[in-house]
Amino acid sequence: MINVKGFLKGGGFIQPIWVFVIVITIFFSFMSDYFLSFGNLSNILVQTSTIGLIALGMTYVMINGNIDLSVGAILGLAASLSVGLQDHGLAVAVIAALASGLIIGAINGLIVWKTGVNAFIVTLGAMIGVRGLIFVYTGEQSFYATNFAFSDFGAASIGPFPLLAIIFLICALVMHLVLKKTGHGRNTFAVGGNAEAALDAGIRIGRHMTINFIIVGFFAALAGVLLATQMGAATPNLGRDYELWTITAVVLGGTKLTGGYGSITGTLGGVLAIGILRNGMNMMQVPAFYVLVILGVILISVLIIDQKLNVHASKGVSI
Amino acid sequence: MATAQQGNNSLMFGKVSKSGLMSFLSAQGILIFFLISMVVFSFFSEQFLSQSNIMSVVRQASIIGIIAVGVTVVIIGGNLDLSVGSMLSFATVMVVDLHDKVGPTMAIILMFALTLMVGAINGFLVGFMRLNSLIVTLAMLSAIQGGILIYSGGQNVDIANQDGTWFSVFGRGYVAGIAVPVVIFAVLAIIVQVVMSYTSYGRRIFAVGGNPVAAVYSGIRKNWCVFSTYLISAFCVACAALVLGSRVMGSQNNVGQGYELLVLAGIILGGTSLLGGAGSIWKTVIGVLILGFIQNGLLLMGYPYYTQWLVTWVIIILAVWLDLANKRKRLLTTHS
Repeated sequence: MINVKGFLKGGGFIQPIWVFVIVITIFFSFMSDYFLSFGNLSNILVQTSTIGLIALGMTYVMINGNIDLSVGAILGLAASLSVGLQDHGLAVAVIAALASGLIIGAINGLIVWKTGVNAFIVTLGAMIGVRGLIFVYTGEQSFYATNFAFSDFGAASIGPFPLLAIIFLICALVMHLVLKKTGHGRNTFAVGGNAEAALDAGIRIGRHMTINFIIVGFFAALAGVLLATQMGAATPNLGRDYELWTITAVVLGGTKLTGGYGSITGTLGGVLAIGILRNGMNMMQVPAFYVLVILGVILISVLIIDQKLNVHASKGVSI
Repeated sequence: MATAQQGNNSLMFGKVSKSGLMSFLSAQGILIFFLISMVVFSFFSEQFLSQSNIMSVVRQASIIGIIAVGVTVVIIGGNLDLSVGSMLSFATVMVVDLHDKVGPTMAIILMFALTLMVGAINGFLVGFMRLNSLIVTLAMLSAIQGGILIYSGGQNVDIANQDGTWFSVFGRGYVAGIAVPVVIFAVLAIIVQVVMSYTSYGRRIFAVGGNPVAAVYSGIRKNWCVFSTYLISAFCVACAALVLGSRVMGSQNNVGQGYELLVLAGIILGGTSLLGGAGSIWKTVIGVLILGFIQNGLLLMGYPYYTQWLVTWVIIILAVWLDLANKRKRLLTTHS
């Protein structure tokens, strides 16, 4: 009991969100015989890979002290492009889809950098606007993939491991290393912690912010393409509310909205927590509605615990 | 506080600062943009400036406007409310569902009570627990939506006997030739603007949003102030639900989904800063009306419905950018 407080702060070896993940895993494995089967666990990884990929990029943006609300719309646009452009060849379609994410991320980042407008407002605008772009492009139609290579990709596996899960885990590893081991990662923390001090220290804060917006844009687009391969289709409303799920996952993982603090391992835990809750409650045949309520309650509880432990959090910076 | 409020009102009263024409132009950029777009639209469509069209635009904008009035107060107090979309769904489902069970009067009373309770939860968590309002209201957005679906079992609700109830008056009725939603919008906006500008309560909200520490040292009960802004927001949502439920005489479970964003878009466009401590209801009303007229004008010019979202993207950022550029006397930031 001595070091409970220090442990909950995340100072110890294991982050608190991972304890939560382990607890609910044990809980659900008692509640359902099938929960701990290999098939179900890899299923959870595939299901969470969509939000997980976006959350990787969102972690960078939030550590950087910004937020990106446009990821759901970027996901929808990339999914529509990757299916809709398949007449021009699969490669063209996928490249165009990924490029759309990079471009919108770059636009967001450049606007935040050059105009100084708050990222919340810039990406709120982009969220509305890009959704409009999707509807204008698709003409409110859903697209179906006619190229089976595309939809086979979503169901493919290497050995017993589903391909999408492997892609997600590799991306997580890379993003973790970049955050921990590179100058860009360090500067991301520095800018989020204290932008003025970072500026005085000679860090090009604008460039780092823009790069992070491009990263999250890319991951949102990648998630969109992969989601489209899973469904073999894309609907114009795809990705609606994903920004909320992503932010929830990242905050659950311990990343601070105020910037300067967070980790990819925490985010991975947050993403898994959401995925396991959804999957496990499904297995217990609890209607999906309850997950929404439980997630909301958990999110607020995390905030309360966090605030009781960190005096700084009680200063409550709100956008 | 006096100077801050004069600054806020300059949009309405056209007060020109000393620094000349350019400053005036950029300060009033959004109004000028609005006037230019009105002129353009009226060239392309004869109906645009007709009285019936203007009235219908205002009527359509009134639901977002009513909610925006409340959210503006929350933002002036230095917080955010993203849960209004879910709250609107909740209140609309409640009032429509209860209408057939307990009659219109009781349904309306219960709906207001329940919505205010939800607002009180928001207010308690942000005001007294001092949690980050963005995350709290995000969590509430999800929790309330889940709650509605549990309550309704995923079914849409509607009022069985649509012709035999006076409940329709809120969405479909007219008072002296003016649609009731517009009347509600106008009355709410005027009352809240007067409260914010001319009462000590309003000054306290501005103080809390502008500098919470100074406000507490001046003896303002900050927690109660923040709490009350969420009650105002919830009250406005309940009024909007009244209009929405009565106009449709039914409700989908997610009828309010996305409203929080349109509301924020209107508020930001009007020029209220998300940082708190500044802003006004008039600005919000103008912002919401601009969005409404642009939507209507683009439709009349024959563009697809979704074009307005693209335009919204551009003008939201432009509006805030111009405001910032005016304050720092230069268009772009200088840091690398």
